[in-house]
Amino acid sequence: MTTDQPTLAVSGLDKTFTMHLQGGQRLAVLRGLDFDVSAGECVVLGGASGAGKSSILKMVYGNYAVDRGGVRLRAGNIDIDIATANPREILAARRHAMGYVSQFLRCVPRVPALEVVAEPLVARGVDATEAGERAAELLSRLGIPDRLWGLPPATFSGGEQQRVNVAHGFIADLPMLLLDEPTASLDARNRRVVVELIAEKLEAGTAMLGIFHDAEVRETVADRVVPVEDFTPMSKVAA
Amino acid sequence: MSDERPLLEVRNVSHRYGDRFGCRGVDFDLWPGEVLAVVGESGSGKSTLLGTLSQRLDTSEGSIRYRLHDGDVANLAELSESAVRRLWRSEWGFVHQNAADGLRMQVSAGGNVGEPLMANGWRHYGRIRAEATDWLERVEIPRDRVDDTPAAFSGGMRQRLQIARNLVVSPRLVFMDEPTSGLDVSVQARLLDLIRSLVSDLELAVIIVTHDLAVARLISHRTLVMKDGRVVESGLTDRVLDDPQAPYTQLLVSSILQG
Amino acid sequence: MSAQQIEYNIGYLDEQTKRMIRRTLLKAVAIPGFQVPFASREVPLPRGWGTGGVQLTAAIIGSDDVLKVIDQGADDTTNAVSIRAFFNLVAGVPTTTRTEDATIIQTRHRIPETPLGEGQIMVYQVPIPEPLRFLEPRETETRRMHALNEYGLMYVKLYEDIAKYGHIAKTYDYPVLVNDRYLMAPSPTPSFDNPKLHQSQALHIFGAGREKRIYAIPPHTDVESLGFEDYPFEPQSFDQPCAICGSTGVYLDQIITDNAGGAMYACSDSDHCERTAARADNEEAAS
Repeated sequence: MTTDQPTLAVSGLDKTFTMHLQGGQRLAVLRGLDFDVSAGECVVLGGASGAGKSSILKMVYGNYAVDRGGVRLRAGNIDIDIATANPREILAARRHAMGYVSQFLRCVPRVPALEVVAEPLVARGVDATEAGERAAELLSRLGIPDRLWGLPPATFSGGEQQRVNVAHGFIADLPMLLLDEPTASLDARNRRVVVELIAEKLEAGTAMLGIFHDAEVRETVADRVVPVEDFTPMSKVAA
Repeated sequence: MSDERPLLEVRNVSHRYGDRFGCRGVDFDLWPGEVLAVVGESGSGKSTLLGTLSQRLDTSEGSIRYRLHDGDVANLAELSESAVRRLWRSEWGFVHQNAADGLRMQVSAGGNVGEPLMANGWRHYGRIRAEATDWLERVEIPRDRVDDTPAAFSGGMRQRLQIARNLVVSPRLVFMDEPTSGLDVSVQARLLDLIRSLVSDLELAVIIVTHDLAVARLISHRTLVMKDGRVVESGLTDRVLDDPQAPYTQLLVSSILQG
Repeated sequence: MSAQQIEYNIGYLDEQTKRMIRRTLLKAVAIPGFQVPFASREVPLPRGWGTGGVQLTAAIIGSDDVLKVIDQGADDTTNAVSIRAFFNLVAGVPTTTRTEDATIIQTRHRIPETPLGEGQIMVYQVPIPEPLRFLEPRETETRRMHALNEYGLMYVKLYEDIAKYGHIAKTYDYPVLVNDRYLMAPSPTPSFDNPKLHQSQALHIFGAGREKRIYAIPPHTDVESLGFEDYPFEPQSFDQPCAICGSTGVYLDQIITDNAGGAMYACSDSDHCERTAARADNEEAAS
């Protein structure tokens, strides 16, 4: 294994949305996107909202289809091109190599918060008790009172859900983390906790790719900013 | 390693009703521990596909290869009826939309769950009853209901009983046909959660037919979208639902969001 | 002027029909416990009164046979007397009530207490030949279960009994596995008689006229009454001896003796009872 290879290498990435319900209108979002993220590095996607930043994260995660180009993920035993990998390979990559912290929480209705947070560890074979302890630790650090741990997060406020989501995303030690505005609706205290968590992960060698609207957070955590607008077609409506 | 090969290899599978195709040219692999959702509107061929895969309908074209418990790979169309029924007894389960189709309504809950054990040669009443009672508990039916008939159960309980009856013999592949439709929303959520946890605990492979994209999203890893008997799109469930490519999938997804 | 005389073919049925039934019987004997369909005919008694048994007897009876007919174990009930008279008329064979003298014994419920020997044939009148009928009403499905040896369902019935009553409550038509292969209903015989089927020296043939099925247990065949390891099959047993002849270990009928519900228990096998009682009288007289 060569350590100088980036954990994530995005090259020549194109993305166009075809909206069949609107007469097949095509919306070109990205053209020829190139960037790398190395271990222990935090790369931030910059640009105005609507530039396609979230789409990039989703393509890296395998959540959006890639029209053209490569999304090479190399971490541990994983070495795949997400753009062409089959679902099984992508699921394996998600389990062993990359995590995703989105703005919105999506989970099964009846599962309690503590289990939601512990789930990524359990899925990786960590003993349920130990996973629960680590989940509890993370939830208290993020200021979720322990009386809520046994309740399903669907009943929580927006900010609480966001923090459960952050805990869910940060609990496992994965080589690659994708962060989609993890601090968006947090107060200053919790924003600070998230920044700390990010710093700890970077220290441990995690590669990070993120979107941060909060300029202060962005400047604190970013090693580099990729200007997404440079890769946006002049006219969004393709031929 | 047992994961080296798929459990089910489906190649170009069709089922014909007379000169009309119920489903046509279906291809996919299914791996242990994987949940595959088949979505589409009624008449799209999803139930026909389920019937064909589970050998309740014949395979007019193509092949279905299944990796047996002992590691041998069988072409399902070439198996004798008794071999297929042996699979049904010991390796496969089928959860029907209507619990009455999958249960004996006049037989007690314990008898319903115990029957597959007895069919597999269990001959010790005490052990059969103990196993059945444990399974009732796993599907959240109180132990003291073991001697009640499903006729006295609510819809959600019947469906959970049906799941226990299917899982008691530790199958490797379970077919589910709209297992949650017809239930109240809260009951649905509970059932889905139960299915999800059992599937991951038991490393089951599941093919679930549903018209409800929310069900597909909650419990499946992969999704096939069917229309007019054909698969119009397939892939990771979140990819299919969040970035649908086919016109029909886009219609389906947008209909749900607006509905 | 002589009385008008009807000439019956021996055994009432025509030769072609008897041949058809015998062919069916050969198949039934060759596949112990398996229900073989046959073209059930009209005989001069109503369906449900033993037409299957009568057709079997008619097909196998010959001039050197001796016939015994019992109903509920007794030789002297209406049906037994009538069927005996019928064959005496149409086959010209001698009849008997003594079990060991009979070559053919037609029965509705009981197997005689006197042990059966080689060369004897038991003919059963069967109302419902399918043991799985009440659990699975579809004949197509039960036939498939027999074909594929899938008998889990029968145990469900026994399971339900134990769950409900604490023991297997079935006391007649108790299901048996014949020759370790076919599940079989021993007709409405009491479970008391089930052990007599196992490794019997006699041939047992079963005819269901209305249902058009024939099946058989050849001599020296294993017949296992189903049960669980922890709740094995237990034939019925009786605490008291016969009130008439004093026999123990025999099947008893309850006979109501007065309007207050008083009852006595006596042998259901009338031949056995009469002869045991007579023997006791003789011994008493001799002493």
